[in-house]
Amino acid sequence: MPLELIDSPDLDAGYREGLWTLNFGPQHPATHTTLRLVLQLDGEMVIGAEPDIGFLHSGFEKLAEVLDYNQYVTIVDRMNYISPMANEIAWHHAVEGLLGIELTPRCKYIRTIFAELMRIHDHLLCTGTCVLDLGGATAFMYAFNEREKIYEICERASGQRFHTGYTRVGGLLYDVTDDWIKMVRDFCKTFPPAYRDFAGLVMKNRIFVERTKGVGVLTKEDAIAGGATGPVARASGVERDLRRDEPYLAYNDFDFDVCCAQGGDCYARFQVRMMEMLESLKIIEQALDNLPSGPVFTSGTGKEGIPDKTEVYRSIEGLIHHFENIMPNRQMPSPKESYYGATESPNGELGYYIVSDGDFKAYRARTRPPSLLHFSLFSRMIKGCMLSDVAAVLGSINIIAAELDR
Amino acid sequence: MSETKSLKESLESKLTGIPLSWSEFRSQQRVTVPASNIAVALKALRDAGMDQLIDITAVDMLEYPGATDRFEVVYLLLNTNSGERLTVKTHVNEPELKLPSACPIWFGADWLEREVYDMFGIVFDGHPNFKRLLLPDAFESFPLRKDYPVKGRGERHNFPIITRAES
Amino acid sequence: MATQINKQLGDNVFLTTIDAAASWARANSLWPMPFATACCGIELMSTAASKHDLSRFGSEVMRFTPRQCDLMIVAGRVVMKMIPVLQRIWLQMPEPKWCISMGACACSGGVFDTYAVVQGIDRFLPVDIYIPGCPPRPEQLIKSIMELQDKIKKTGTYNAREFQFRILPDGPKRFDEDELVRIRERNGFKLEEPKYDPIH
Repeated sequence: MPLELIDSPDLDAGYREGLWTLNFGPQHPATHTTLRLVLQLDGEMVIGAEPDIGFLHSGFEKLAEVLDYNQYVTIVDRMNYISPMANEIAWHHAVEGLLGIELTPRCKYIRTIFAELMRIHDHLLCTGTCVLDLGGATAFMYAFNEREKIYEICERASGQRFHTGYTRVGGLLYDVTDDWIKMVRDFCKTFPPAYRDFAGLVMKNRIFVERTKGVGVLTKEDAIAGGATGPVARASGVERDLRRDEPYLAYNDFDFDVCCAQGGDCYARFQVRMMEMLESLKIIEQALDNLPSGPVFTSGTGKEGIPDKTEVYRSIEGLIHHFENIMPNRQMPSPKESYYGATESPNGELGYYIVSDGDFKAYRARTRPPSLLHFSLFSRMIKGCMLSDVAAVLGSINIIAAELDR
Repeated sequence: MSETKSLKESLESKLTGIPLSWSEFRSQQRVTVPASNIAVALKALRDAGMDQLIDITAVDMLEYPGATDRFEVVYLLLNTNSGERLTVKTHVNEPELKLPSACPIWFGADWLEREVYDMFGIVFDGHPNFKRLLLPDAFESFPLRKDYPVKGRGERHNFPIITRAES
Repeated sequence: MATQINKQLGDNVFLTTIDAAASWARANSLWPMPFATACCGIELMSTAASKHDLSRFGSEVMRFTPRQCDLMIVAGRVVMKMIPVLQRIWLQMPEPKWCISMGACACSGGVFDTYAVVQGIDRFLPVDIYIPGCPPRPEQLIKSIMELQDKIKKTGTYNAREFQFRILPDGPKRFDEDELVRIRERNGFKLEEPKYDPIH
């Protein structure tokens, strides 16, 4: 049966009766987390897929209405949990945009380093588990070796290895130490050989290439009209990267390339992710070389940013400053406006649309999740593929259920 | 800036005589369109180059100081070639919670509109597959409305209990 | 006689009860079923991956079908739509079986005190080990698996006597404000909209 005939209404009823329906998920190893697909199969060919999501819907956006701008960091961490800090940076990027706060150069650089570390973090897991789903367990182990190092870097900076909760409105929880800088430098040294091992194992592996090339193709037109962003869009030839097109943080200062591919298939997406890791490493090295000194908190009108602890304990002004920032009814007022702030998260455009009614907490904070838009394109990508390709396509678009369902 | 002008002109040429209110906040362009004209406006904007729909969301303005309308539906649009962004807002009120679907214009609107319905109960006419997206079908409330409590109304604990002896 | 056996077989024979032998075997060959829903699932992956290597403790054979497993690790929050799935998977697992509730969300709802998240899976399922943390470190998960192994060795599984008297699910008593709300609504009381403050 030619693929373009499947949707036509004059298809004979006998054919439809011959189809069978397969339930995929919600608890399935290839879904990584929790999502469900109802697949329509003609033999082994997938001719239709209806995703069913919401198995991890936990009311993030409702919580945004009761927690203030600093407290909500705890919650956004848990959104895309394979790159937690990227969410924090995106959230506070939007909040600072709304409040009109300009960060200090040191804070910008540290956030940029973390954003890029998170990109590597995310892509390592995505590529590693993508290979795991296709039957290669070794690459997954290689990837996790490097991820553990990034966990340690996060732990050194913030005290928590996973959900760091590291950013604050107008700054960072703590300044980084020289120790931490040395750890990141070490990582920059040890990552390229590990990357070569990983890439050598996978990129030219015939089994892997044959299972991903030409599978799950997303055309450029579909990618744009369907709202795809990030690596998924770039793999389809949409040359767009918020780091370059709408520079935020310190991205203006660095020299890096936007990685694109033309195929739009699983292999292209995989390739884009692999290339982006090296670009991220380039940015981290540049940022470390030029890391400015100075405070990590802005010191504008005094209401943004939490004062240094020694100041809080040693002086009455510092104590008052701390009190003013922490007490719920005395915090910084925000303009009665709405603002959309977006960053290039590892998965695509992660934006927050914040409506404020004047308090230090959002009246409504909407997350623009890249996973949701990408997963809505899934039924287009999978049409005409084989049943075994479902795992490959799911792995290549990197669906994170907590971000998908919120 | 000149491109925003042309966008403004192209929108106003399609909607002559309709009151559009333009505003700007931290260099983000916003336009408010009456709900009855939203389909025409979105079509005109797509034709003027806004080829990507970034997001559709809604805000319940029940407790917002000074708000006159109940729901504000927000469309975030992007021109992938020039990088220009535009926020389109429209308002709907309680008995007539209906808007035309944007699916024929950008098919990416599919799940976004279903989510808005799921969370706020705003119906989109002409949507190909309109039902709840995230919450179970048996769920009756719309949780992101301001009159719904954060902790819910006990739905989360309405399940049978499995004991050690039964399993 | 005994000396004769000793002479012939040396240290190759051990005498024990069947119960102890079965418990020992079961404790050291746990097959976990990773019911990974959220963040904790990634830490579960870390635990199984190269650095922390769960297989050192005899429980690395992750199986994704409940029918082959005897230990369910619920890693991550469980929400309204998921709890029927979780219960069904639990019922599909063969006896004897154990359940680890990994992370604050699975134990108590964690930071997600919202309309959708079940405030602790022990309201609906029997749980053997709770692991605190958001998410717990891999070391904590390994520790809890070792504790579960101790528990299995102590209780004995030959006649499944540790399950006999368990009528209620393990865990804290389940009675809370939500239940109050339901009872009141069932009896037809009109409820005022509760107003929640952020600090509460």
